[in-house]
Amino acid sequence: MTRFWTRLVVVLTIITGVNYITWRWLASLNWEAWWIALPLVIAETYSLIDVMLFGMTVWRLKVRKGAPPPPPDATVDVFITTYNEDIDMVMTTALAAQKIRHPHSTWILDDGNRPELKALAEEHRLGYVTRSDDWTPDLPRHAKAGNLNNALMQTHGEFLLILDADQIPEPDILEKTLGYFNNRRVALVQTPQYFSNVPADDPLGSQAPLFYGPIQQGKDGWNAAFFCGSNAILRREALMQLGLAGYVKETEKSIRRALAASQAAIRKARKSADMDTPLVAEVLDEVEAATRHAQDELEAGQPLSEITYRVRRRVDAAVQTLVQADVEALQADLEEIAAMELAYVGEAGVPVVADDAVQRMSRRDWSPLGALESVQAVLDALSVERNDEAQPVMPLATISVTEDMATAMRMHAMGWQSVYHHEILAYGLAPEDLKTMLTQRLRWAQGTIQVLLRENPLVQKGLKIGQRLMYFATMWTYLSGYAAVVYFAAPIIYLLLGILPVTSLSWDFFVRFIPFMVVNQILFAVAGRGIPTWRGQQYSLALFPTWIKACSTAAKNVWFGRPLGFAVTPKARQSGGPSWSLIRPQIVVSVLLAVAAVVGIIRLATGLAEPLGTLVNVAWVIFDLVVMSVLVRAVLYKGYDAAAETAVAEKES
Amino acid sequence: MEFSYEVRDSFAEVRAEGRLNMVSAPKLREFVTDVIAGGSNRIVVNLEKTAFMDSSGLGALIGCLKAARQSGGDLRIAAVQPQVKMVLQLTSMDKVLTAYDSAEEAFSND
Repeated sequence: MTRFWTRLVVVLTIITGVNYITWRWLASLNWEAWWIALPLVIAETYSLIDVMLFGMTVWRLKVRKGAPPPPPDATVDVFITTYNEDIDMVMTTALAAQKIRHPHSTWILDDGNRPELKALAEEHRLGYVTRSDDWTPDLPRHAKAGNLNNALMQTHGEFLLILDADQIPEPDILEKTLGYFNNRRVALVQTPQYFSNVPADDPLGSQAPLFYGPIQQGKDGWNAAFFCGSNAILRREALMQLGLAGYVKETEKSIRRALAASQAAIRKARKSADMDTPLVAEVLDEVEAATRHAQDELEAGQPLSEITYRVRRRVDAAVQTLVQADVEALQADLEEIAAMELAYVGEAGVPVVADDAVQRMSRRDWSPLGALESVQAVLDALSVERNDEAQPVMPLATISVTEDMATAMRMHAMGWQSVYHHEILAYGLAPEDLKTMLTQRLRWAQGTIQVLLRENPLVQKGLKIGQRLMYFATMWTYLSGYAAVVYFAAPIIYLLLGILPVTSLSWDFFVRFIPFMVVNQILFAVAGRGIPTWRGQQYSLALFPTWIKACSTAAKNVWFGRPLGFAVTPKARQSGGPSWSLIRPQIVVSVLLAVAAVVGIIRLATGLAEPLGTLVNVAWVIFDLVVMSVLVRAVLYKGYDAAAETAVAEKES
Repeated sequence: MEFSYEVRDSFAEVRAEGRLNMVSAPKLREFVTDVIAGGSNRIVVNLEKTAFMDSSGLGALIGCLKAARQSGGDLRIAAVQPQVKMVLQLTSMDKVLTAYDSAEEAFSND
């Protein structure tokens, strides 16, 4: 029944929304003020697409009735990932994980490499994993994805339960979820992330009831529920398959790139090296022939390992000839010196360079070919060892700081299925101060935009159209910062300057706009089934500087290789008083909004402005200010006070 | 690779900075030949700033030794870095060329 009403409201939203936006584009634009008229209609179109994607999500909302009993022999590794979190917190989670009822092994994945934690793990018979020796300091560590990838190589459970250091699991978390894997195509079961240290009014918007509810349930209906980093169970087989596919893809890509660059590199080397030495020219000829041959073999679909091995063998032989020639020349020189009898050459006469020395001098690190850097770089890249990574197989995606979403998308593209199990089975700790919360939101947004720019879901092979749009919907919401700026600017511009982005605020406008707005709000109410969504709506507008920063830094990172300025979210509260400086842009905007409202009313009183326009825009300002007001509470929030919360709850009951 | 030289009281000191490899080896040979032609036949190659040497570099060094001997002088090396020392040991060239600690020491006994 709810499904019928949800779908009805979705249809009504789309009809009224498309009707309104079409009219806006075709008949309402005030071209004289195009500089605000266009941004506003684009922002409104953005919002319509956003709400249409939301409608599509809840269209297939899937309410699951629970999993069948789990296979009793399923082996499980429980991973608790930590970097710098409080050791007590990690141990609380680890000990709770140990008490999970289904047979399993519990592992602490300590990226902080802390001896104290190691000792505690041993004392409580918990597994303890740190990075293997393969992770040398010159190789990328890939943060949490690297931590998990490292642990995957050192464990062997069929399934993996991933928990952040603060997520205390219920003992039945596996019993309630493992049964979904009876379906051999299921690779992931995600459960909600819920925070136990958040007061009822949730000043920092930590709980995400809309996301861990209708949105994930809707995505589930499209087989697109995705991995959110914690409180999820993954099938090792699927992850390893992903890692292997990624390895083959990256290796082939790097070999193709190297071969494509080889001719230019050889040309460059011919210019730089001393071509009077015929042997050097011969070696380069040999390298060129070998790479051309490799190119042909690659086109013919020969195995990569054999292609690269043959190139290496051939080049090594040529290099050895070169070294042998050097040594022979040297030997001849020594003999001549001895023949001159001008001086004593050594205690044992003329020394002879041994064969193993020739071989050693021919090896990659001492090879004369090393002098021709461009050629050496090509030859190094013609390998299957993936020397630029600590381990060749990287099951969790490393293209983004939110490895979870990227990994899930690749799984779906390979045909795996996912499940969203809507029941709280772990209790975590949310940030308790604005600064930490902003860092966390920034990271999520950056990661999501990285995935959009690196592996745009709309063009990923293997994904169904519904899955593409479900991933895209999440990414689309993170572009809201730009729309928010326009929504703040438009009423300010009208109230201060009297410039209206629409031709007139007439019956035509209201008859189209109001139904859309009303149906839109009904949609959230029906789809949300009474869950509080207002906090989320406030933050999606009020955190506009964070969203914009995320988009610009992620774009610079993906396109120009700049660092993201990435920080691990601290789990402990940051000390210090209220930090108003964190929301400076929002304060400036709020002051401008308030000033604009006052000026607008004065302009109305002096007959400079119309009553209707002023009324609509003042109402708009009030709405914007109410949205922003959440930040005041966020700045003043002093952290979670468990005793006070219990008292309030008791009083209410 | 950069080369420079300085005529000292009893020898000429050649300094080689960088990597003595296939590309730079012929240049060393040329450079030392010129120094010899300029009248110095007692040469010390100061390898303090030579971080790396391959078989071509080693060949060039012996070629220079030959040239110095042919003109009635000698060539010695000084201040070798670890990798160069390994190359010399591995090829037993350390039996031919003694690596002196400094350029001054190289000809100090004769």
